[in-house]
Amino acid sequence: MASRNLLLPLIVVALSQAGSAQSPTYGIGRAPTADEIRAWDISIGPDGKELPPGRGTAKDGAQLFLQKGCGGCHGRTGSMAPAPTLIKSDGTTRNPYPCLQPCVNDNNVIALHSPYATVMWDYINRGMPLGKEQTLAPDEVYALTAFLLFKNNVIAEDDVMDAQSLPKVVMPNREGAALPPEPWQHGVPRLRNYPR
Amino acid sequence: MGTTLRNRRRFLKSSAALAGLTVTGVRPALGQSSMAEALSPKNKELIAYGERSRYVKSIRVPVAGRMSPDMYGLTFHVTTPLQDQFGIITPSSLFYVATHRGSYVPEINPDDHRLMIHGMVDRPLVFTMDELKRLPFVSRLHFIECQGNRASAQHKTVQESHGLTSCAEWTGVPLSLLLKEAGVQNGASWIVAEGAEEVKGASSIPLGKAMDDCLVAYGMNGEPLRPQQGFPLRLLVPGFEGIYQIKYLRRIKVVDRHYMTYDDYGHINADPRAAALVEQIGPKSVITFPSGGQRLPGPGFYEIGGLAWSGGGAVRKVEISTDGGSHWQDSELRSPAYPMAHTRFGMHWKWDGKECVLMSRCVDELGTVQPTRAEAGAFFEDPPERPRVRGADNTIQPWKITSDGSVLNGLS
Repeated sequence: MASRNLLLPLIVVALSQAGSAQSPTYGIGRAPTADEIRAWDISIGPDGKELPPGRGTAKDGAQLFLQKGCGGCHGRTGSMAPAPTLIKSDGTTRNPYPCLQPCVNDNNVIALHSPYATVMWDYINRGMPLGKEQTLAPDEVYALTAFLLFKNNVIAEDDVMDAQSLPKVVMPNREGAALPPEPWQHGVPRLRNYPR
Repeated sequence: MGTTLRNRRRFLKSSAALAGLTVTGVRPALGQSSMAEALSPKNKELIAYGERSRYVKSIRVPVAGRMSPDMYGLTFHVTTPLQDQFGIITPSSLFYVATHRGSYVPEINPDDHRLMIHGMVDRPLVFTMDELKRLPFVSRLHFIECQGNRASAQHKTVQESHGLTSCAEWTGVPLSLLLKEAGVQNGASWIVAEGAEEVKGASSIPLGKAMDDCLVAYGMNGEPLRPQQGFPLRLLVPGFEGIYQIKYLRRIKVVDRHYMTYDDYGHINADPRAAALVEQIGPKSVITFPSGGQRLPGPGFYEIGGLAWSGGGAVRKVEISTDGGSHWQDSELRSPAYPMAHTRFGMHWKWDGKECVLMSRCVDELGTVQPTRAEAGAFFEDPPERPRVRGADNTIQPWKITSDGSVLNGLS
């Protein structure tokens, strides 16, 4: 009975909203302050519009890589270590550690497959260092991103990474990256005529 | 004898406790002393929170190749024992577990948890858990499956090959309701959903899907979500790969493009046809009895049984072959077939004691058919001896019965 009473306004609302401008129905929840949104919004899209001010180069990043303990898990050379491979190795030695799932090894160096360098900034910022996430300053994240991009032959050692340059970096996979077809539609098979 | 006596004593004690409970339990809330009594070590199991029989031993195990927790204390993928389960609901304690990159299970006080909706909306909103529970709710059954759940020659049991799928009843607020409350702006086409755990795992989800059937869930099988399943709040994206079902959900940002998060870039593919086979899971099924590692005691009657599911909708039918795929016959659906939910199938079978190969094949309500590995490879023109499965692997798992009744992986 109670649920029927709840559903009825829901249906009426759904019908009335179909053709007109949306307006709040329940009045539950509050508006976040601009500061609250800024503090929580750590998403960096491919166009980089959310990137904060700051800058860094590969040289700064090389020092930070060791200072911040990155080398402790990923190896001083960014490979041949228990944590995922960050820098392609010379290929002459085999990593003695089992490849963790999802397996990130020499053929699949972390984030290099992404068509946009912004994901590298975003992930270092939100997810590293392990156990001290979200403690790096923007300059430090720019520098570490520059270091990894340089060591994987994507940018030059002196290239400065900042909010303008990072989204413009041409990743090796910039053109070879298809996504699931858009827009997603209810009741449509993933791939027509697959498998037959 | 000793066991019986002990159980009898336990029963007497619990009856006494129960009697005490009814006296004080007249008050609207349980009194402090009854609460303490129910939670005391001797009564906890009998009164406060029931446990299964100690003779039932079915457990989850870490996915092959990586311990959980690992060397850093991160929890990773843990498989559910499908071979031991009945019906279509996975018990919460046995629900499979997977985490972004491997992460720590956070301990979140629900009083402190918030969900923020912002980005391309007219009215950014923050909700407490209590506020979310005041809103209209629904309960639906949905499976969640990890993209890594794939048949392979190395697997010996169905727990190893298919134990990264589970199904529960989820209760929560339709995401479309929350998005309408915030007022989605023209030009928006995606959302980014993010968790509150230390790595803040995030995925891009098409706005069309978000407005269609996604749930912001706080309930699972009649209880609050378990911590390993995202307590106090998770996103349900029915039929999509597990990585989209954001646990510890704290933020939804409405945006105008795919955001290519760390968890997203694994979904890109050079071949657009292969890229189409990620995100939404295709029709899939697996026989759980007889399955790898089990043994048939001898020829005679058996009930072949298993689970089927599809990210494209409800299961329409499941066909079974007992001769390695030459002939197929319809099984019976032995449970309701809800959209994007595990569905139980069964078929009578008389085993003649000869070697044979059992297979199951799911057809969903869209008419899409579960492929064999050979069919999947042939579609992409792979060499027949080396078929490769793209995207979320929904290929058929064969089980080989040897003449002594042993059940082996038919792919090995």
